[in-house]
Amino acid sequence: MTLLEFARGPMLHFALLVFVFGVIWRLVSVALLGFRKHYSEERNSNDKALMVGTATCGLRSWPHKEFIGRTAFGEAVGYGYHIGLFTIVLLGAPHVIFWQNLFGFSAPWWPTLPGGLITVVSVLTVVLMLIATIRRAMHPPLRQISNFDDYFTLAILYAIMLSGLWAVLGGPGRYEFILAAHIISFNLLLIWFPFGKLMHAFYIFPARFVNGYLHAKKGAAT
Amino acid sequence: MSTTATQAFAGAGAAEDNRTAEQRVEGAMSAFARGFGATVAMNMESCIHCGMCADACHFYIATEEAKYTPIWKAEMFKRAFRRESGAFAPFFKILGLKKKVTLEDLEEWQELLFDSCNLCGRCSLICPMGLEVAELIEIGRRGMYEAGLAPKELVDRAAQQAETGVPEAVEKPYADLLKEIGEKHGVDIVLDKGKADIMVCAPRSDLNRNPSSVAAMVKVLNKLGANYTFRSDAIVAENYGYYAGSNGLQKTIAKRVVDQAKKVGASLVLVPECGHAYYSLRWQAAELMGETLPFKVRHVTEYFAEQVAAGKLKLNKVDGLPTAFHDPCQLVRKGGVMDAPRTLMSELGVNLKEMYNHQGYSFCCAGGGGMNDIERSRPLRLKAQEMKLREVDDTGAKRFLTSCSDCRVAFDDAGEHFNWDKKTESLVELVADNIKE
Repeated sequence: MTLLEFARGPMLHFALLVFVFGVIWRLVSVALLGFRKHYSEERNSNDKALMVGTATCGLRSWPHKEFIGRTAFGEAVGYGYHIGLFTIVLLGAPHVIFWQNLFGFSAPWWPTLPGGLITVVSVLTVVLMLIATIRRAMHPPLRQISNFDDYFTLAILYAIMLSGLWAVLGGPGRYEFILAAHIISFNLLLIWFPFGKLMHAFYIFPARFVNGYLHAKKGAAT
Repeated sequence: MSTTATQAFAGAGAAEDNRTAEQRVEGAMSAFARGFGATVAMNMESCIHCGMCADACHFYIATEEAKYTPIWKAEMFKRAFRRESGAFAPFFKILGLKKKVTLEDLEEWQELLFDSCNLCGRCSLICPMGLEVAELIEIGRRGMYEAGLAPKELVDRAAQQAETGVPEAVEKPYADLLKEIGEKHGVDIVLDKGKADIMVCAPRSDLNRNPSSVAAMVKVLNKLGANYTFRSDAIVAENYGYYAGSNGLQKTIAKRVVDQAKKVGASLVLVPECGHAYYSLRWQAAELMGETLPFKVRHVTEYFAEQVAAGKLKLNKVDGLPTAFHDPCQLVRKGGVMDAPRTLMSELGVNLKEMYNHQGYSFCCAGGGGMNDIERSRPLRLKAQEMKLREVDDTGAKRFLTSCSDCRVAFDDAGEHFNWDKKTESLVELVADNIKE
């Protein structure tokens, strides 16, 4: 079995197992704690709270005007590289083929972007990630609260991005080896996913919703 | 932080605490875990370490010291959660990715949880994940109390209030003080009536420092012909158990108010101008009791605004003096009393000059959450307050109003320190002074 076969085969399957069961367990372990019954007289109806909670899922992506002066740069960088990553993963032709092969379906309607554009997006994404990393190391509150999870997750992302660019741009080394490195780093991401901060992908909307909902019950600011 | 420094923060009987360090940490973590449901756990699990909460915190903005980053204040409890009870606790424990929390760690965190947080909740509005950061800090305080590490000032007051109903040693009972206020200001104060529709409380700080505010509230109630009473056993509105982080004391203190309200058959408990008193009674008392309360809880401005809307309270227009209004965070941002103060000011024809950060996004007075009572926190408090006073000045206002006695105490202290040219006035007093006859 070659390294590439290993990365695409048993390692990927193992990584997917860890990812799926890990994510489910982490979500279930929180849900098992249960949601508390509230006894205080509510200011707003359940329907209104549901609406506000749902709206908070989207509205929290854009900072309130009172905060934007202090957070605009950080948010632009953060959202910027997330948009870049999603664009590459969901609209890059090799990735679309990968998803279709992995899940065993054919979707001719799935749009893709030209390879050159994806490469440009990839370079921009790496630049934004670099800015985010430097900021994490330099900005005092960020430096204070950062831990192993933050840097390890970034390291895996760099490995994926740089190996992908290396393969596309035809850097030195055998293509199969570089591609294997790309897939292995992706597998590592899947394995690390349930344990660290990457779980925010699953928590972001429930967390926004629940807090928007609870605040709305009180008539508090959201 | 040195041992000497941490000893200065000696908490809830820390000196005579006979438990081992391990038992005290265990106590802290158990109390912290008791505060858990899925909502809190989700808050713990979702943080992406973006640091944006720092940009909402007046203490960080005023000092630019990273340790005041709000989520960092909950770090010890976040760490313990991931290590001891999170979904993958054994993994973090075995690999040593999360260090065990020690008593020394908790001692170091006293300052962050009590001396540099008003539980104002502004950080909860900036978080891109939507986390309720302030709630984590509040639950952290509960853990600290159980470890014997809550500030003595707050614990002593809470314990005394739970036992006697009064959070301080007093020369004369508050009931006598109320009677004196009535006599001095020429208002009839109804006390210990057997049955009443409304039970009213008063802020300790107003009884002592701003008695005219208490008289003003009563004057309006009398004018409305309200069937109300104060109760000698439950005069004080504040709940020092909330400040100190003690679930037990907070419940005992709240129960005193609840029991008295039930006894007089009140359908409404009126909370005076005090933000934390409002939040703890309006949103936490029923949760602590585990039952729906048989009465409504309203802030005095809410009640007066309702009377204005019903046409029962008519007010004269005041002068056109440019006026700024400070939104108390527990009342407005966290408590949901968004419109009532502005309804009253509109009825009064107040020439309102809004601060840039107002209503739900207002900066805290920096004295709430017990910080007014912690003397050693004053230098930090003043730094945040200087920023707030500047924001008020930037509106060009000549009058400064609020609807919280704790905020007034904080602003009065800062105003004196900075020789500020404004006095912080009570909105309720402005209402009482301008009732249309």
